[in-house]
Amino acid sequence: MTAELEPPPSRTAATPIAASRQAVLAAPLPLDCGVQLSPVAIAYETYGTLNAAKSNVVLVCHALTGDQYAASIHPLTKKPGWWELMIGPGRPIDTERFFVICANVIGGCMGTTGPTAVNPATGKPYGLSFPVITIADMVRAQAALLDSLGIDQIFCVLGGSMGGMQVLQWAAAYPERVFSAIPIASGARHSAQNIAFHEVGRQAIQADPDWRGGDYLLHGTNPRKGLAVARMAAHITYLSEAALHRKFGRNLQDRTSVTYGFDADFQIESYLRHQGIAFVERFDANSYLYITRAMDYFDLAADHGGSLAQAFRGSKTRFCIISFTSDWLFPTSENKHIAHALNAVAAAVSFVEIETDRGHDAFLLDEPEMFATVRGFLNSVAAGEGIS
Amino acid sequence: MAAMRPDLAAIAEMIPQGARVLDVGCGDGALLEYLTAAKKVDGRGLELSQQNVNACVARGLAVIQGDADTDLGEYPSQVFDVVILSQTIQATRNPKGVLGHLLRIGRRTAVSLPNFGHWRVRLSLLARGRMPRTRALGYEWYDTPNIHLCTIADFAALAKEADAEIERALALSEDGRTRAMRADAWSPNLFAEGAIFLLRAR
Repeated sequence: MTAELEPPPSRTAATPIAASRQAVLAAPLPLDCGVQLSPVAIAYETYGTLNAAKSNVVLVCHALTGDQYAASIHPLTKKPGWWELMIGPGRPIDTERFFVICANVIGGCMGTTGPTAVNPATGKPYGLSFPVITIADMVRAQAALLDSLGIDQIFCVLGGSMGGMQVLQWAAAYPERVFSAIPIASGARHSAQNIAFHEVGRQAIQADPDWRGGDYLLHGTNPRKGLAVARMAAHITYLSEAALHRKFGRNLQDRTSVTYGFDADFQIESYLRHQGIAFVERFDANSYLYITRAMDYFDLAADHGGSLAQAFRGSKTRFCIISFTSDWLFPTSENKHIAHALNAVAAAVSFVEIETDRGHDAFLLDEPEMFATVRGFLNSVAAGEGIS
Repeated sequence: MAAMRPDLAAIAEMIPQGARVLDVGCGDGALLEYLTAAKKVDGRGLELSQQNVNACVARGLAVIQGDADTDLGEYPSQVFDVVILSQTIQATRNPKGVLGHLLRIGRRTAVSLPNFGHWRVRLSLLARGRMPRTRALGYEWYDTPNIHLCTIADFAALAKEADAEIERALALSEDGRTRAMRADAWSPNLFAEGAIFLLRAR
């Protein structure tokens, strides 16, 4: 992720985000934890035009701290969409050709129902009374959204990181609806190391006195420090040692020598602090708890009797798996594990590893080989489907 | 089609329309792309070089990075109509194991290989007393990826040992022409630069 140059306008957590498009589901959403969640609003953005046959739908799934503004200006940060290099006219996901949908996940804080929403039972924000959600719940919510839009078939579902988890869940849960799938920098399960990093972030949030047991909205506080620390720790995992060294080395921040204190002497410290501060202006602390939990719980093989291959048996979906050499959060081995499982059931699968030193965040950056791969894959699938 | 390597053209001719094909060691995907366009095959590839894999996928081919020596065990049995191994068996660590997997995975197996029994190879060793370097086999002994070179007769013997029936055998001449041969005859083993076999498990 690129460094943010100036702090974006402040998020006032008590005011819900006005989404440009929002659907309210007609029926309660059944969650893995057993709760029937209602009401459920889903905020989403679309790009391009749905064709008459409704056969050109591309569903984009966002990552942990992403949102539906994949290719449009973010209302809070005023910055371009997080995947603007991927989606747009003439881009790999060509909006002259495809109808792109990106929805904020359930549990999110950008207009989809999550812990900041009002609990109808109490008339107060849910906070920690919001049910724990899973990746499968996110996908179920997206399926309900598509149903409400009258869309049955997905030409391609794609996303990076947690978005990739949703892609795999889509392919496993709704194989007949998904024609092709591109999980990027992802995994079929969250590793112990990844759960560990998430736990550090959650503990940082909960250790902030302003968190107030999750009821900060009622108290008019915001656990900024805790959430910023969570973001700082997580941000390190999105980069790589090589990229950090290349970008910052041991360079000092606006000074010629160390200060023998705990100010941000080093550029990397200043950078991380800035990342933390910028993040709390656009993200909700409880949403962070819930969404990280959903990732931790994800284990597609465990949901299919311990066999990942079983999750994809008989699948007609065409897969293209992409990993990055310097990604240590979702390393190539985790991605290849998915490719092997798909191979074992003779599914149509491509697997590409892209050489880069930019770590996990590479999927958000200008990686020409990733764009060429997505473009080539979509073209071949489109040719097979007869989409012009 | 004119630009395609002669052994690939000969293999392509053996593939039925609409077949499900796995190309092991598919390189830059030239054969798979041709088969997809001309024979409407459902094609997959396995390729060692990541660079080649990325090129294949950008061309719209279903290819994964992997090693024939280690990754074929993951494929289920009898799911492909034809498994192709072109100019690759001599570069594997365990040719017999690889061939066994190919016969298991595919209903038929097409193999093309350089013939180390070709007269130029024999003459090169005899006359120079050095490891042969020919037009078809241009590497020095110390940098060759071809660690398990064999003759046509050697491969025919391996096929027998692997309990494979040779359905078709083609000799590839120096000028790129192919003709049917008897795999156990002495003349192709001396005069063919390469060979193409179509095998099936007995």
